Amino acid sequence: MTDIAVSAPPAKPGRSLWDDAQRRLMRNPAAVASMWAVAVLALLAIFGPMLWVHPVDEIFRDAVGIGPTLQNYHWFGTDAEGRDLVARVLFGLRVSLLVGVVATGVALTIGVAYGAIAGFFGGAVDMAMMRFVDVLYSIPFIFFVILLMVTFGRNLVLIFVAIGAVEWLTMARIVRGQAISLKRKEFIEAARAAGARPLEIVFRHIVPNVLGPVVVFATLNVPVIILAESFLSFLGLGVQEPLTSLGKLIVDGSRNMETSPWMLLFPAATMVFTLLALNFLGDGLRDALDPKDR
Amino acid sequence: MVAQAVRRLIIAVPTLLAIIIAAFLLMRAAPGGPFAAERQLPPEIERRLLAEFDLDKPPAVQLANYLGDLLQGDLGPSMKYKDKSVADIIAEGFPTSAVLGFSAVTLALLVGGALGVAAALRQNRPQDYAVMAAALLGVCLPPLVMGPVLSLVFGIQLGWMPTGGLARDEFSIPHLILPVLTLALPQIAIISRLMRASMIEALRSNAIRTARAKGLPEWQVIWRHALPVAILPIVSYLGPAIAGVLTGSFVIEQVFQLPGIGRQFVIGALQRDYTLVMGVVILYAFLIILLNLAADLLYGALDPRVRKA
Repeated sequence: MTDIAVSAPPAKPGRSLWDDAQRRLMRNPAAVASMWAVAVLALLAIFGPMLWVHPVDEIFRDAVGIGPTLQNYHWFGTDAEGRDLVARVLFGLRVSLLVGVVATGVALTIGVAYGAIAGFFGGAVDMAMMRFVDVLYSIPFIFFVILLMVTFGRNLVLIFVAIGAVEWLTMARIVRGQAISLKRKEFIEAARAAGARPLEIVFRHIVPNVLGPVVVFATLNVPVIILAESFLSFLGLGVQEPLTSLGKLIVDGSRNMETSPWMLLFPAATMVFTLLALNFLGDGLRDALDPKDR
Repeated sequence: MVAQAVRRLIIAVPTLLAIIIAAFLLMRAAPGGPFAAERQLPPEIERRLLAEFDLDKPPAVQLANYLGDLLQGDLGPSMKYKDKSVADIIAEGFPTSAVLGFSAVTLALLVGGALGVAAALRQNRPQDYAVMAAALLGVCLPPLVMGPVLSLVFGIQLGWMPTGGLARDEFSIPHLILPVLTLALPQIAIISRLMRASMIEALRSNAIRTARAKGLPEWQVIWRHALPVAILPIVSYLGPAIAGVLTGSFVIEQVFQLPGIGRQFVIGALQRDYTLVMGVVILYAFLIILLNLAADLLYGALDPRVRKA
């Protein structure tokens, strides 16, 4: 009735670095838990503000500055202007994660390209490019972020660019180190023998192979940027009303903490939870992708 | 090593110049000026004011004049504080900021280093996990949260410490405890993690096995053989640590109402006090370059491989 299989069993697929890393990651309970936490936070950030019963900017005149209550779903209470704090926190989470992810993206794009080129070409090019990074490293960048915000007004895009432009230096150094050790490998030799042009080698062969440390750095960089944004918010230079971020909510909360501590408590707890989840995930990824470091 | 120091100092000159020019141009590009916010001035007076501060000339001339004054050590008059020079304002605020920053870095090095070593010596045991969990939490609790919370708990609820300001503008230790602690916490967290990792690696080396094999007491193995190696990553972290403390001091000085220069800078930038902003940028850029150089030289002094290279 059935044909007897005559074909050889399918060839066992080779295990790549990524397969190994994935298995190691899945075996680490802290990393798995933090992955779920990050996934939940991301979903909350994307869909939360749309799905929550109260819109972020609705003002409840009969419930100004009330504490957490089950009544009318003000689970986190309301702020000094009578806006629902759950809605504010969800929206702030969205903005904070967005700033963290996009600014990291900016830093990655610049840093990976710069570092890979410097490392691969080496010699005088490397020398000049990395001296430039050294010089930038010694600049107190926070001044320039502040000056940039003062000069060009306080919009979200500028926050991305300003923070991302500051954070790419470390990325460039990491990628350069990796590129130097990679460029002597046989597969690069092979690519060159096959006639690939230098820039093609950099972006087709070097960059994909440095992604491990890059992913780790990127994950750990998102919390750093969320903190940087909250720092700007504190100085009044972060996102502006009607937008809000976790950092801004914390700043507002700390100004009202004596009368309404929940305004500080809930945003601060959300931020600490987010940062913890991202840090655990980053540590888990590092252990999975770079086992020799354990 | 001397050659290296000299070379670094030579590179520092164009770096500083680039910083000065970039800050100068950014500040001038900002909309408004130091006198735009004040009530409408009669045109004659406004022209005299602008002329007094050189602001009626093209930016290139202003920059040239500014650099000329700077070479003679003159940071110029403040544009917002009448009858005060930028040097006066910096001289008033700097001691506060310096004491704050120096104490925080020292505290972070001592406590962070000790915690890291303690965790490494008990790797994968409860003490280790406790330190590392606390450190992770420390990284995630920004000064922005810690400052207000600490002053709420210890200052207002418990009433143990003053919440801000300085007693009669003089330094007193109780007034500095909370600010220094808040400023040092994130650095303590980072340094303890670094220290733990490098100490674990140092303890695994063959040199340590040899030291143990020849029967040295354990405290000597740690103090004389493991620690000098393990401390190197901490030394190279000094530069970023100082920059981090500097950034944090902006927040701390506001939260605890300390009259330092971090506050002056932020206020100055918002009010377009061009000369004050420039003065603070130059001071901090100079300090960071100098301290980074000092950290690198220290690294060279501690690591024989670098010393010979």
